[in-house]
Amino acid sequence: MASSKEVLFNPILDNNPIALQVLGICSALAVTVSMANTLVMCAAVTAVTAFSSLFISLLRNHMPSSIRIIVQMTIIASLVIVVDQLLQAYAFAISKTLSVFVGLIITNCIVLGRAEGFAMQNGPWLSFVDGIGNGLGYSALLVSVALIREPLGAGTLMGYEILPTVNNGGWYVPNGLMLLAPSAFFIIGLLIWALRSWKREQVESADYEIAENIQYREAH
Amino acid sequence: MSQPKREGIGNVLIFAVAVCLVCSVLVSGAAVALKPVQKANRVLDQKKNVLIAAGVLEEGATTDAAGRGVEALFADFETRVVDLRTGEYADDIDAQSFDQLRSAADPSRSTALATGEDPATIKRLEHYGLVYLKRDSAGTVETAVLPIRGYGLWGTLYGYLALDSDLETVAGIGFYQHQETPGLGGEVENPRWKSQWAGLSLFDDAGAPAVALVKGKAPEGSDARSHQVDALSGATMTSRGVQNLVNFWVGDRGYGAWLENMRGGRV
Amino acid sequence: MEYYLSLFVRAVFIDNMALTFFLGMCTFIAISKKISTAVGLGIAVVVVLGITVPVNNLIYQHLLREGALSWAGYPGVDLSFLGYLSYIGVIAALVQILEMFLDKYVPALYNALGVFLPLITVNCAILGASLFMVERDYTFAESAVFGLGAGVGWMLAITALAGVREKLKYSDVPEGLRGLGITFISVGLISLCFMSFGGIDL
Repeated sequence: MASSKEVLFNPILDNNPIALQVLGICSALAVTVSMANTLVMCAAVTAVTAFSSLFISLLRNHMPSSIRIIVQMTIIASLVIVVDQLLQAYAFAISKTLSVFVGLIITNCIVLGRAEGFAMQNGPWLSFVDGIGNGLGYSALLVSVALIREPLGAGTLMGYEILPTVNNGGWYVPNGLMLLAPSAFFIIGLLIWALRSWKREQVESADYEIAENIQYREAH
Repeated sequence: MSQPKREGIGNVLIFAVAVCLVCSVLVSGAAVALKPVQKANRVLDQKKNVLIAAGVLEEGATTDAAGRGVEALFADFETRVVDLRTGEYADDIDAQSFDQLRSAADPSRSTALATGEDPATIKRLEHYGLVYLKRDSAGTVETAVLPIRGYGLWGTLYGYLALDSDLETVAGIGFYQHQETPGLGGEVENPRWKSQWAGLSLFDDAGAPAVALVKGKAPEGSDARSHQVDALSGATMTSRGVQNLVNFWVGDRGYGAWLENMRGGRV
Repeated sequence: MEYYLSLFVRAVFIDNMALTFFLGMCTFIAISKKISTAVGLGIAVVVVLGITVPVNNLIYQHLLREGALSWAGYPGVDLSFLGYLSYIGVIAALVQILEMFLDKYVPALYNALGVFLPLITVNCAILGASLFMVERDYTFAESAVFGLGAGVGWMLAITALAGVREKLKYSDVPEGLRGLGITFISVGLISLCFMSFGGIDL
């Protein structure tokens, strides 16, 4: 049985949901233009993942498997609605900029992935911690992306100017590419490269050495 | 892992109903409890946008230099509904609850615009529009704020245009919602760019809307210059959109009739 | 007619679900190693989007939006907060029904799509399209066109990426970048290309 500490910290570097498990990428790209949005999004995703894992784990012994997925979706969707309502009430400006992406937490594969993959087999406490851990792993990657995008793209961090831009009478010519969504792909790609150069066990094996001839015929 | 007992149809139904009940209580509870706060937020946000366009409130601030809050500042403004077709006030409509954007989507309270007469690409024009008026102690209009909207590059820009007491000169402009490219068209939010709008003359000698967003303004002091604003660099389509939408809303199909009535002292 | 055509083209190219809004990315990246599977998944997405967006539009227009319940005698009721729950419910249920229907009546298509259908419930492009439909206040006809267009756009994008990845696997990519890393960078480049559709006035 894994200890809570391992469950909490493993997803951050060793088993990152985005960089290794390929989960929850959609929102990672869209909200990272500004740090403030990113932090709110991370908090929302972490809260939803943790609580949905907790509730699903509590119910796991009573849940009929035939309606398993839809029950999980219902719990997740309800939690997301609550989070969305809270944001609209207490962080109105940010909820406006996040628009549909709050709703899309429902289909964020991290949430359902952890519910199905971890919470269905583990106790409530561990599931809760696993939810927080995966939320943190997601947050770690998102925050690093935002940390690159916002200063280089707009010269600001959390809305405060750190590189005075030319438009405001300073010297820094903002890199417009950083504000455009494709830059998030490049940054995440490069971050994965950096992470895998450090943690070499995450490197994927090359495709073409395995089944060269068959693959070749299929491609043409 | 699953015992057969759990899979019985009765159990499945009971479980489904229980989950639905718990979730619906949770969701409705949150929605109902938070509704008043959300509604207040939306109203406050709209008031704030009007004040920012009018130049009374700084962007991002919650109080002005004298420490007056949004509610106190907005109390100076009077909200009226104008019939855009005649340019007269429509006082039978309650200005507080009137939703201009919603009425633009309602076929009974708006007209569809054909391609040629729709430079701002708004598709449907509502019959009634809101104006926010700030009067001085003598009762003459000091600032008038008009809602404006129109298509840029990626989507519709929503904003407010504030006019000075002569209703020909711009006092300020602000866009509160848009999807333009950050850093290029998104610079419609840039305070330095917006500051050029103050003092801009809206109409040419013949009284037609003449705002132009140009690259390289005409020389200082010339007549053309008084209608010109720097185009946003790298954002031709957004600049063109802003130019079209401002001219549309102060023109005949927009608030033109009302502005003329106001200047002539007829309303 | 012309209007619907332009809406369709917009949804396919300019507002491309995958490459401009980055929706459905998880499956987009996970299942784009081979063109044939990518096309299969793409068709499933087109079918599901083409059905769920108009159905959700009906639900939104006649049940959830403020004042929508006036036919039942509750003019002031605003149920739009139930939106997420209803949309995802509709999507999950429709996917399930579609699966059963295909299994029974069109087994050939079922065998081709079978694996991908359940995956689609959690594809954010599906839910995203319904949310965009609400945000942009589409009518029923518009939502049907938009749903189909969004689906075709997504399919186009995943097929393009699969094409790139099929070639890419024969290239000598640095170790750490292999697989996921280089895929991200390729998607970035493809999406940069799609940005050039922006501003095309239709």
